[in-house]
Amino acid sequence: MNFEFSEEQTMIKDSVARFVRDEYDIDTRRKIINSEEGISRDFWNTFAELGWLSVPFAEEYGGFGGTVEDLAAVMEELGKGIVVEPYVSTVVMFGGLLAASNNSALKGAIIPTVIDGSCMGSFAFAERQSRYELADVASTAVAADGGYRLDGEKTVVINGGSADKFIVSARTSGGQFDHQGVSLFMVDARADGVSIKSYKTMDGQRAATVTLANVVVAEDQLLNAVGEGMDLVDQVMPSMLMALSAEALGIMATLNSITVDYSKTRQQFGSPIGSFQVLQHRMVDTFMACEQAKSMLYRSLCQANECAADASLDKGELLKSVHALKATMAKAGKQIGEEAIQLHGGIGLTDELNIGHFVKRLMTINVTLGDRDFHQKKFNQLSYSSL
Amino acid sequence: MDISFSAEDLAFRDEVRAFFAKEFDADAAKQLSGVQGEGYKAAIVNWQKKLHAKGWIAPGWPTQYGGSGWSATQKFIYETERGTAGVPDVVPFGLKMVAPVIFTFGTEEQKARFLPRILSSDDWWCQGYSEPGAGSDLAALSTTAEYAGDNYLVNGAKIWTTFAQYADWIFCLVRTTKDMRKQQGISFLLIDMKTPGITVKPIVTIDGKHSLNEVHFENVLVPRDNLIGEQDKGWTYAKALLAHERTGMAEVADSKRMLRTLKQRATEEVNGGEAMINDPVFQMRLSDIEMELMALEYTELRVFASMAGGGMPGPESSLLKIKGTEISQAIHELQLQLAGSYGGALQAVQGDLSGDELGHDYAGEARSKYMYGRAATIYGGSNEVQRNVIAKAVLGL
Repeated sequence: MNFEFSEEQTMIKDSVARFVRDEYDIDTRRKIINSEEGISRDFWNTFAELGWLSVPFAEEYGGFGGTVEDLAAVMEELGKGIVVEPYVSTVVMFGGLLAASNNSALKGAIIPTVIDGSCMGSFAFAERQSRYELADVASTAVAADGGYRLDGEKTVVINGGSADKFIVSARTSGGQFDHQGVSLFMVDARADGVSIKSYKTMDGQRAATVTLANVVVAEDQLLNAVGEGMDLVDQVMPSMLMALSAEALGIMATLNSITVDYSKTRQQFGSPIGSFQVLQHRMVDTFMACEQAKSMLYRSLCQANECAADASLDKGELLKSVHALKATMAKAGKQIGEEAIQLHGGIGLTDELNIGHFVKRLMTINVTLGDRDFHQKKFNQLSYSSL
Repeated sequence: MDISFSAEDLAFRDEVRAFFAKEFDADAAKQLSGVQGEGYKAAIVNWQKKLHAKGWIAPGWPTQYGGSGWSATQKFIYETERGTAGVPDVVPFGLKMVAPVIFTFGTEEQKARFLPRILSSDDWWCQGYSEPGAGSDLAALSTTAEYAGDNYLVNGAKIWTTFAQYADWIFCLVRTTKDMRKQQGISFLLIDMKTPGITVKPIVTIDGKHSLNEVHFENVLVPRDNLIGEQDKGWTYAKALLAHERTGMAEVADSKRMLRTLKQRATEEVNGGEAMINDPVFQMRLSDIEMELMALEYTELRVFASMAGGGMPGPESSLLKIKGTEISQAIHELQLQLAGSYGGALQAVQGDLSGDELGHDYAGEARSKYMYGRAATIYGGSNEVQRNVIAKAVLGL
């Protein structure tokens, strides 16, 4: 039994931590999010040079051949700096789907460009009506001229404005809510009929509405067999949720440590506020929430490792754990974020202090790929409906 | 990261499992189920003697005194299997509380005199710490022991003494010197419950049962030989004991078993013809608890892994008691809620009503567990005291 990161993981973790500490302070981040594109291409190239963009990809494509645990190690440290460069959208989501796809020609063509930093990608799954149900797909893909013609509107496409490529979910058959009949296509951002409207999100990042009008896509741009896109999504979803949760964990630990430090220096009524028992107990509660959240992440990672080592294992327990994980992160994140603001007092409400920026990223993570209620409900269905 | 056990450890787990399956049968389970009164003490002693015969009674003791000689992993596996099977823990006062103090700080004579009879469950011990004026603030205790000749003359009162009515011995913290700082001047005394001047008064708790007592001392003569270590240094020994007491208070395996039972019962309880397990609101209450427990299971594993690796438990260990007790209380609460209007049923006015006559089989148990379960966040250092400890030791506040 072992809950330590390996030597290799510790090295990459340390490398991200060093970057965040030495090069990514809150003012640097502020300049980046206020720039035209909202990300730093220079830093993205640094990530490529340091090998961070290669984590989920197989060695045959020049990747690191990493596990979800490796991804989590990176994400936790990125969270501590609330790094806005599109690691989640390009490496975790777009990259995760690509790495798990069985289209080796597509992988051979695109993965190296993701690894070297020249291709950013986004997974365009959501639609106005779909909320958190990824199978709710009204966008259509109709067979035409040896390929497909895509029509529809994809919403809240994370970092859509910077993306060179999209993985788009579109319906090739079945009804709007059917699991079967959704296909995943690799779509070039510059293709005819693709229009992208980018906007800022509260966490300092960017998202976009991507409209597809008569977009022609060749058949070899399908990620997996036609109509079976949701199987691929389901396969990769646990990793996406674990990676996002690892980022949330890094943020929560940072918020707690900033708040405890502040309480030791802030004087009121002639004493540091950290000497007041009522505040001490609240900080103990946020400390416990963070430790429990970490345990929940480790639970999912351990189960994911077991499933990766033995493909015949039933993934039911892992699925329950990742739904519980995302719900736990949301609950703990809300508690820790709100307490951090409260314990800082008025200064906690200012844009100038970093606290609010960490909180806003936690809030955005909560509504990315399903919020607390969504995942708790999924957990309930898996856990209790069969009893 | 992985949570695998070695083949040897898995073999040990199977051995423990098989032993409990064979020895902890329905009869033993019923006798030990906490239905106190006639025969309860005999049932416990009988069960503990079985564990003693097997060599499993004292996992935490050094082997030279009769400990099991288990690795940290084996201890962890044993505790998990015990909780899973629903086997009650041993009565802790002798085996887990006073024995470590005796084998750590006692004289050779004291070890020879007391340890074998604790090991064999021939002596029943109780704990004399809390006083009417000293609860969470333990060092405020005022029971006095004046040194006179070869004896101490003990006067005062202890309270919340679990199973004092069964006890042969009590270990006490007493004040031997008055004019010292609060934690100093306290000594650790072993007192024979048959000594003249000791009276035990029962305290009936809100579950209607009797396990707690007041123990009064009026000019009780205690031989000097019964002092542990040095006079006035008892607080140091007691603190070492508290550290012993705090490890393994998360009781995850026990809570998992209770949750399984709760879920099973929720498939049988119906409302408007629909099983409660399918009620969306009930499901939310259930999963609020279950998810916390899933996390705590891994917090416990993290603590165990760092200890098995020879390290000290990290900051995560301090929350085991708080979270473990909060979760067990939440399970008791939901169990009582599940019993519906029977949750208020107390006892028959005349004679005993069977579950069948009452119309419900677990409501009484649920009520009793909920009521007495409130103690869990009070004893062993109240959860507020635990938060003070974390604030100071972990957060540096």
